[in-house]
Amino acid sequence: MASSIYTAALMEHNAHPDYKYDMDAPTATLDGVNPSCGDELVLALRVEDGVIEEAAFTGHGCAVSQASADMMADLVTGETVEEARRLTSLFLSMVKGEELSSAELEDLDEAAELESISRMPARVKCAELAWRTLERMLHDGAPQEE
Amino acid sequence: MSTVLESTKAAPSGAALKEGASPQGNASHRRGAAPQETAVLQEDAATLGKTACAIADAAAAAAGSSATVRPTDPADIAASPFKRDFPLLANHPELAFLDSAATAQRPKTVLDAQRRFYEDMNANALRGLYRLSVEATEAIEVARERVARFIGAPSARDVVLVRNASEALNLVAKAFAPTVLGPGDEVCITIMEHHSNLIPWQQACQAAGARLVYLYPDEQGVIQPEEMDAKVGPRTKIVAAAHVSNVLGIENPIAELGRRVHAHGGYLVVDGAQSVPHMKVDVQALDCDFFAFSAHKAFGPFGMGVLWGKHELLEAMPPFLTGGEMIDSVTEQDAQWAPVPEKFEAGTQDAAGIYATAAAIAYMEAVGRDVIERRERALVRDCMEKLAELPYVHVIGHPDPDQHHGVISFNVEGIHPHDVASILDMQNVAIRAGHHCAQPLLAWLGQESCCRASYAFYNDEADTDALVEGLKTVWRTFNGE
Repeated sequence: MASSIYTAALMEHNAHPDYKYDMDAPTATLDGVNPSCGDELVLALRVEDGVIEEAAFTGHGCAVSQASADMMADLVTGETVEEARRLTSLFLSMVKGEELSSAELEDLDEAAELESISRMPARVKCAELAWRTLERMLHDGAPQEE
Repeated sequence: MSTVLESTKAAPSGAALKEGASPQGNASHRRGAAPQETAVLQEDAATLGKTACAIADAAAAAAGSSATVRPTDPADIAASPFKRDFPLLANHPELAFLDSAATAQRPKTVLDAQRRFYEDMNANALRGLYRLSVEATEAIEVARERVARFIGAPSARDVVLVRNASEALNLVAKAFAPTVLGPGDEVCITIMEHHSNLIPWQQACQAAGARLVYLYPDEQGVIQPEEMDAKVGPRTKIVAAAHVSNVLGIENPIAELGRRVHAHGGYLVVDGAQSVPHMKVDVQALDCDFFAFSAHKAFGPFGMGVLWGKHELLEAMPPFLTGGEMIDSVTEQDAQWAPVPEKFEAGTQDAAGIYATAAAIAYMEAVGRDVIERRERALVRDCMEKLAELPYVHVIGHPDPDQHHGVISFNVEGIHPHDVASILDMQNVAIRAGHHCAQPLLAWLGQESCCRASYAFYNDEADTDALVEGLKTVWRTFNGE
């Protein structure tokens, strides 16, 4: 009955997030807050030579925001900052309801499962929280500086 | 124009009934109403004049539509006979609407009254000298009378019509508070205030150099006498409190707070947004100085609020908003204010909304405040008993259902309220999840957010059963069988 976004993958990322921990030596951290629901997240990155070597988060929120953050950290780990920017932009377009090509959806890997959130406007902000935070970090250019 | 006069001459069988829930002529004769109700309707027609007819019609239609199927026992919460009075509920029989504390549904009579105003009476009130404008003005004044009677106000002249409870409370905090607050003074509110009765006092205190003091309840949500004694003292100039909490549903000890603050020469402001839809309110019995509520939570239209205040206080206060229709005279450099309440009603009023508000009150009175209270008690009791059978659901607040006044806040163990609400939504159960505009309360409770199911008298057992089944699905979604 309660199918759609509450997929097995989402529930697994929510229940057992691999990337939810305090990072030892991040090169950048940033707080993300969802004022309408009180969800809070701190995103930490370790960027070396333009590559995201490590991504992790802490905080609290609903299953959608937690799973989305975990999927995101999984996706961007090992990617260049440039590629992470592209993926972030793809994800944010997707949850806004823009049509992505199948290749683009493939690039988003498991995070593509959140596509249907675009039909639940009240929950889009939950899915976006981590990605918006990452977008701000990458936009500022801070994590690239050693 | 002529249709206005013709259709309203023969009371009470006007246009509202043509499209109303009671289509056949004079409802008060047809439906065999209880003597008390008939008396109310006759009084309306006789004393409130011809523009009151739509309001009387609304009352008749409401009584007519529900009387024929009204359960002999108001506490009978099997299939609700009232849902058919509410077009949204009638159009969505699959929906379990349990968010009436956020905004209630409106009965057809209210929608009809709004429409009737625009079709038969629409003109700018107060301004025009032609008959239609006079009618519009009269409609506002009739509605004001109705509101006054509804809340036990001694005079309709002390009923200020605003946009919502927030605006009413801001009016008091911005226009009244500065006249009594100084450095070192205190404003005392409860930790369970909605932001609309909290931020205005933060602002007023900051502006005056005063201190904002909080009353905290015990673990069941009750503010104890010792707490009131400790917090309300000689420095307290204003106590502002929710009559009923929008999260805990508990009724605060308003009269006791009033006694204490008045003993020290201070003033009592009551936020009635969550009490007016559920219980009989009498501002004189409460002995408050100001009382605010919103129409949209009480089956009326959006954008309508009421501030009642003691006459001498309203008289002495400066205006809040200034502009058209709130003046006696204006010169290049100065202005003289109109008398209360127009002094506080700058700009064009939502006359149709005011008229529809009166229809909502008429509807509530026709249903009966006692019936409303008894149904809600039965609904809340039933819900809390059923929730108690789900070990993973934890109700917040008082264990006694009678202390909840239509509101049941809860959490599902280990599952975020937004996920709960989303999965319930997939099963056509509408509840609220979040901080409910009461962040300091939730912080004090040690919660980030919570779920809230809120009832009105139109709900029934099926709504609760849908909630309970929905919660089982929520649990299974996260935890398997």
